[in-house]
Amino acid sequence: MAIEHKLIGKDFIVPDIEAKVTGRAKYVEDFRADNMVFCKSLTSPIPHAKIRSIDTSAALKMPGVLGILTADDVPQFPPPAQGIFAKDETFYIGEPILAIAADTEENAVAAIEAVKIDFQELPHVVDPLESLFPGGPNARSGGNVAAGQIKLQTVKWEGADFATAGDTKMPLGRPAEEWTYGDPDAGFKKAKVIIEENFVSGTYSHNCMETRSAFSYWQGGKCFLYGSNQSQTAAIANISRYIGIKPNQLVFIAEYCGGGFGSKIPGYPNMAIAALMSKKINRPVMHTISRYEEYGIGSARPGFQGYIKMGFAPNGKMLAADLYVVQESGPMATAGDFRAAGAAMSMVYQPESMRFRTVPVLTNTVPVGAQRGPGENQFVAVIEPMLDKAARQLNIDRFDIRIINAPDSNGKIGHDRAPLTSAFLKDALAKLKTFSNWDERKKRSGQKNGTKLTGIGIGQGYHSAGSNGFDGLLRITPDGKLHVHTGVGNLGTHSWASTARVAPDLLNVSWDNVVIERGDTRRGLPFNSPQAGSLTASTESRTMYAAAMDMKDKLTDIAAQMLGGKAEEYELGEEKVIHKGGGKSVTYGQVAQKAMELGGKYSGKEMPDELNPVTKSAVAVIAGSGLIAAVKDKLPRVGTTPGLTCNVAEVEIDSETGVVEVKECMSVVDVGTVLFPLGLGHQIASGQIMGIGMAHLERHIYDPKLGIPAAVGFHQGKVPTYLDIPPNITWQAVEKPDPQHPLGIKGVGEPALGSGASAITSAIADALGGHLFNRTPVTADMILNHLSGRPPAHKPLQVNTV
Amino acid sequence: MSDADSNKTEPEQQSSLRATRRSFIKGAIASGVAVSAVGYVVYERSGRRAAAGAVERLITLNVNGRDRRVDVAPHETLAHTIRYKLGLTGTKVSCNRSECGACTVMLDGITTYSCSTLTQSVRNRKVTTIEGIAGPNGGLHKVQQAMIDELGPQCGFCTSGQVVAAVALLNHNPKPTLEEARRGMSGNLCKCGAYDHYLKAVMRAAEA
Repeated sequence: MAIEHKLIGKDFIVPDIEAKVTGRAKYVEDFRADNMVFCKSLTSPIPHAKIRSIDTSAALKMPGVLGILTADDVPQFPPPAQGIFAKDETFYIGEPILAIAADTEENAVAAIEAVKIDFQELPHVVDPLESLFPGGPNARSGGNVAAGQIKLQTVKWEGADFATAGDTKMPLGRPAEEWTYGDPDAGFKKAKVIIEENFVSGTYSHNCMETRSAFSYWQGGKCFLYGSNQSQTAAIANISRYIGIKPNQLVFIAEYCGGGFGSKIPGYPNMAIAALMSKKINRPVMHTISRYEEYGIGSARPGFQGYIKMGFAPNGKMLAADLYVVQESGPMATAGDFRAAGAAMSMVYQPESMRFRTVPVLTNTVPVGAQRGPGENQFVAVIEPMLDKAARQLNIDRFDIRIINAPDSNGKIGHDRAPLTSAFLKDALAKLKTFSNWDERKKRSGQKNGTKLTGIGIGQGYHSAGSNGFDGLLRITPDGKLHVHTGVGNLGTHSWASTARVAPDLLNVSWDNVVIERGDTRRGLPFNSPQAGSLTASTESRTMYAAAMDMKDKLTDIAAQMLGGKAEEYELGEEKVIHKGGGKSVTYGQVAQKAMELGGKYSGKEMPDELNPVTKSAVAVIAGSGLIAAVKDKLPRVGTTPGLTCNVAEVEIDSETGVVEVKECMSVVDVGTVLFPLGLGHQIASGQIMGIGMAHLERHIYDPKLGIPAAVGFHQGKVPTYLDIPPNITWQAVEKPDPQHPLGIKGVGEPALGSGASAITSAIADALGGHLFNRTPVTADMILNHLSGRPPAHKPLQVNTV
Repeated sequence: MSDADSNKTEPEQQSSLRATRRSFIKGAIASGVAVSAVGYVVYERSGRRAAAGAVERLITLNVNGRDRRVDVAPHETLAHTIRYKLGLTGTKVSCNRSECGACTVMLDGITTYSCSTLTQSVRNRKVTTIEGIAGPNGGLHKVQQAMIDELGPQCGFCTSGQVVAAVALLNHNPKPTLEEARRGMSGNLCKCGAYDHYLKAVMRAAEA
């Protein structure tokens, strides 16, 4: 095999980028069809209510109206799962209740406005602690706590829990889940320094630039769906479930996705509306979603109310940790961030002992879900400044307290202390200390220059960043082209393209002779990893590796049949198979032609039974059209594959306005072998920029009395702009390959945000002499109140504040 | 290599629906004839209808250097007209309220948010959309080339607006400082956080 890589690790022009810079890239609302009609949803104007009756009689008589879709027309999912439409009870402002199709979008909107609904208002809640209070409101009639394996139930804490805590401390009532490893009590006893804090992580919208409009029509018994989605084939099963069809009845077209950030991973309920309306009225249907509607159904990062206690040895080693996370879960059981926070604590700081308690509480706010580093990132953003407090009290360097606690490859994760495939965070921190010129830089810590206060912060980020077990599909056609079939989505991380370079690299095929098949199930797309969870680069490069090995075996096998001898006597040259003895060779195109004659496993007429059904359908599409390698990645991988990053940020705070200006950001990443340097740099920089948003800008605001959201747009939600970023974001990589990946590659997407955000929160605390806000975002008015000696405008554990 | 989708905006496998859609767009572009059968709303939840009379609806717009006759309602936005009546879907609508810049076009060389500009108000002005951005030889504009070289976009949804904003900026200030570029581009949001790479592209284009 190629030892010197021609493609892996090299920069290249991403194939779809010209379409993006010329405006030719087609997103959902850019598609049209003959006889296409429009569909709009009616959404709830009330945070929590019984739906007593719906009167659509006037609406259905409106001009141009073609049909209506209600909860009775769509598949149902058991509560508290997020369904397509509210049925008898609505749980948040913006929840879809029904949809109407009309010849024009204007007529659909007019008809929606003519629907009469009789709501019976129910008590609502936007603050989890208020719901846990004895007698507090439940976000759903069925209860106030649910998530994944935690079934819907009502949890109320004791009055004494709240009385003991008072107004300033986190009450610590009965958790829904808990685990412990080691002996935390003994650890705290041994500790020289104990840090004990409450914290709040703000909720904020995903705010994808492309709203989740969907377009659908039916043809030949199949449902054609044009969707804005992060994943391609990984979403097919779920989308089919929403529509109520078999996966092989779905033709899913998702060539571009205008932003997802975790909110468009396995498809989403809203996609089914266009499909089911189209089926019902027998017309192509465009279901448009406005920015306001996107706020309601476009997901948000869950917030935390938390308590943390950490005990440190004199050298900074964390001996014990006690973490309690209450998650603001929205009204559906749609996010597992709370568990990830516990795992992150056990991973990033490797405490010798730890107790974790948690309860995910339902609220009448918009549904929440995974957002870039779900759980890990909002957690490190509030915890990292606390490490600095410990370092100050122990009188040790802020890098040193992180290095002593950071995982190496012997590190463990979770309560069962499961293994890691590799971890080089200690190396990354050591490298960052040099890269950031730390010893000089830290001298500026807390310096005052006129009205400006300088702060220097360190941040760390972690997310699992690699999986396995997916299917690779490659095809060589008689014209000599290598077709790389990829079921990876096009979120914008460019990893569908960088992973597609693995097969031609290993098979010695020129990039010019590669055709990438993607974006449309009709092209024959294998079952691949979701475009999420920092997974793609690592996972799909190993899938491609497995497929390339299978392709190599088939190439040499057929060459031996054509030219004589044994397969082992052949090797791969530049797009040809060569006899090692010299002389005899046959081109890939000729082998492909022969494969079509041979049939069977060579042409895709036969395939391994262990392939995913989605892959089997894909192979069937292309069977007989060349030499086909279809294989499941069965290469071993034991343990969690972590992506780990660390950042240094320098900020200036204006003491008269409270405004934070980010001056400089540096990052060092442990991502194993670098697959695509320019793309990696982009993930690091964008992670830092989104981290700036998390640290001091982005948030939800809810009126606590009326349950009305106030941060429904980009401006009110405080999405970062060009003016919020530093002039230069620089990075380096540790470049130590992961030993359990055939090419050593790990992912990076998510940790880059966590380390970026936590470097900023740490830097803000540093500029203010170590003052901890214990809250994200740290807004200008919080800083100003602190500097002028006024109390904060919010209570310590209040959420969804201005 | 080739990417089946970027080189051909239509999937290879034609369906009658697709073919029809393409011919619709082609027809609209080639003939310049207004197509009024498209019915997106201009304002969310408006339900408002155009008052009959008052304003002449069939107007001439100069878009990307060509005069186009279009049937335009009085309350219709420029983003709506260029996307759904002229078929120029490179211009995107994201916030639909002048916050994000995804819909940025130029009016007589000055950037504007087309989602919040009434089409009737631009009758005598030159409209430039992303489809009208090109280099001197009709190929890529140096801003587009720089965005490719610096890997500017991530998801790409804001990219058309970013390119138009950058071209307008460099037309007015060919050698901006980084700070000037930052301010010049600051009307365009990117939720992916691609600002750093976009800025590098603007600075590279200024050097080209």
